[in-house]
Amino acid sequence: MADVIRVGMADLNICKAPDSITTLGLGSCVGIVLYDKRNKIAGLAHIMLPDSTQIRNNSNLAKFADTGIDQLIHELKTAGADIKSLTAKIAGGAQMFSFSGSSDLTKVGDRNVEATVQKLETLRIPILASDTGKNYGRTIVFSPETGLLQIKAVGKEISYI
Amino acid sequence: MSSDIKDIYSRNLDILSEIGNIGAGNATTALAQIIGNKVNMDVPQVRLLGFNELTEIVGGAENIVIGIMCRIEGDLTGMMMFMLEKSAANHLIDIVMMGFDDGSEEEFSEMKLSALHELGNIIVGAYLNALAGLTGLKVIESIPHLSIDMAGAILSVPAIEFGKMGDEALLIESRFFEEDRAVSGYFILIPDVASYDTILKSLHIG
Repeated sequence: MADVIRVGMADLNICKAPDSITTLGLGSCVGIVLYDKRNKIAGLAHIMLPDSTQIRNNSNLAKFADTGIDQLIHELKTAGADIKSLTAKIAGGAQMFSFSGSSDLTKVGDRNVEATVQKLETLRIPILASDTGKNYGRTIVFSPETGLLQIKAVGKEISYI
Repeated sequence: MSSDIKDIYSRNLDILSEIGNIGAGNATTALAQIIGNKVNMDVPQVRLLGFNELTEIVGGAENIVIGIMCRIEGDLTGMMMFMLEKSAANHLIDIVMMGFDDGSEEEFSEMKLSALHELGNIIVGAYLNALAGLTGLKVIESIPHLSIDMAGAILSVPAIEFGKMGDEALLIESRFFEEDRAVSGYFILIPDVASYDTILKSLHIG
């Protein structure tokens, strides 16, 4: 029986086929999947904030886009993934409440996505697909067997990217 | 200046409970006036929760809930969220609309949403008025915004604000009872880091 590994908010984990990995109810947070297709190993981080260097209390590595991605790569490497061939898929970063203006509060989803994209670019990890922004929550499930990321949202058809 | 939420919680539990008590008490009174019926309230529970525990209290990250949120400006800055489960929202809507059926097939028609929005406005406003009265601080709230979505997604908004300070969120849970029926509502007051000090100082305990 294949397991579904669950990743919480500000958390990360890895999984190997035939297992799959999921995080539930992503809002303004971003779910980052890194995948080694040949070895069928994937990692998922559920990050809340863009930048660990802006926050004093930054010991929880999985909470931030920058340190979360670094830590995910570290764990994938330990699990035997070929980190040179990693690809990425990302989802989340919604704006759940439609406040106008340019405050921190309204932009945090966008900033999380930007920081994630930037960090992956720096590491030269290609983003194969993404479903980000807008104003609704997402549950995501990644299967290292197929390489597909399933996205569920309230009142919407299930999609795969 | 103290900016650790754990520290704020453990040193000021009584004060935070009192804020919850007065805020929710006022909100309950306002609610009773709208629905024209007695509304009772449990003693609010102040809890410090890990981010994953936060979604568990409302039935899991994928459970669909209603979040009503407004920004706070003035002497205090931050945000305030009132969250309730779908069944509770439907119950309140039924009371406010007095059983009127607007003929819509949708679970939350525009008219129902509008009623819910107005309820949220009154409940959040009453809570913040009580906070302003208690502290003598100027508290100005923005128009509330409403979202119906997975609890995890809605709670990500306050969780992210708490995430800037640490790894826990401070939750004030209030349960209302309308006749025999429990209507659980959750107030989440999220002052910006500096505003915790402002609140505590205004109560001469900072």
